[in-house]
Amino acid sequence: MNYIYDLHRTMMSQKLILVYDGDFTQETTKSILAMAERNLDSSGEESGIKRKVFNVMVEALQNIVKHSSEQGLTAGSLVSKSAIFMISKDDKRYCVMTGNPIPKVHVAKLTSNLDDLNSKDKEGLKEMYKDIIKNTQISEKGGAGLGFVDMARKSGEKLEFSFHSMDGEYDFFCLKVNILREKE
Amino acid sequence: MDILNLKGTEDTPTILLDKKNGIFEISGRSLPEDSAEFYKPVIEWINAYSAEANPTTEFAFKLEYFNTASSKLILDVLSALEEIKGMKVVWYFHDDDEDMEEAGQEFSELVEIPFEFKTY
Repeated sequence: MNYIYDLHRTMMSQKLILVYDGDFTQETTKSILAMAERNLDSSGEESGIKRKVFNVMVEALQNIVKHSSEQGLTAGSLVSKSAIFMISKDDKRYCVMTGNPIPKVHVAKLTSNLDDLNSKDKEGLKEMYKDIIKNTQISEKGGAGLGFVDMARKSGEKLEFSFHSMDGEYDFFCLKVNILREKE
Repeated sequence: MDILNLKGTEDTPTILLDKKNGIFEISGRSLPEDSAEFYKPVIEWINAYSAEANPTTEFAFKLEYFNTASSKLILDVLSALEEIKGMKVVWYFHDDDEDMEEAGQEFSELVEIPFEFKTY
């Protein structure tokens, strides 16, 4: 049972304050948000930072919910639908991190979207946001990458991401969004 | 015309649309799973109101937080309000919430409605 202690030590050394691994629905999203919010409140975090962290959490969680419902993985597949969500906190920053399987065919598009976002400054992101919100149909619920644009805006830092091959069909997509605790 | 009164929850806002008493307000948190479905009755109500609107209307947004899926629907609500004569939007934000203030400014640039900004 060494892994119990190992996992605990990893959480301590990585300064993780919350980790959830499993299926994601709107209900789990609400529970995770409530837990994280209690944590932020009890630590007396400044309200502006708290709002930004909450904001990034919502978009990150709802992205996962949307993707896991889109996938419809075949029964007997080695790839689980389950995803991971975590938050770390140290003196300088909060990090909201997610990992979830995505079909390999979507990797190139997602990479170019995120690279594009990371190449933009504050004004550029604002223009992108307004452009998407004006030109996207209501029926496409939540799509079009507005969530990533919003996370980049609230974070004020580059979005960090990587892909790890799971099998012939799926990659595991890891995303890390930083929220600085110190005012610039 | 009937009053639209939706009680807020942890992921949906409180909505009160009352023509007779001149109260038009969306407040609280908006992060529903299906924002299009949630805002449908609101937009329908506004479209019906548009045909028999009061001479002037002050529509208040007092949002604590909204997700990006809701932001598209808020723009749809504003677009519906744009059609109504004598319309004014009052955009409330917490006095230290620059992001909510900026969000209001961005919406005001996307529609042709006078916006008034107030802190709470």
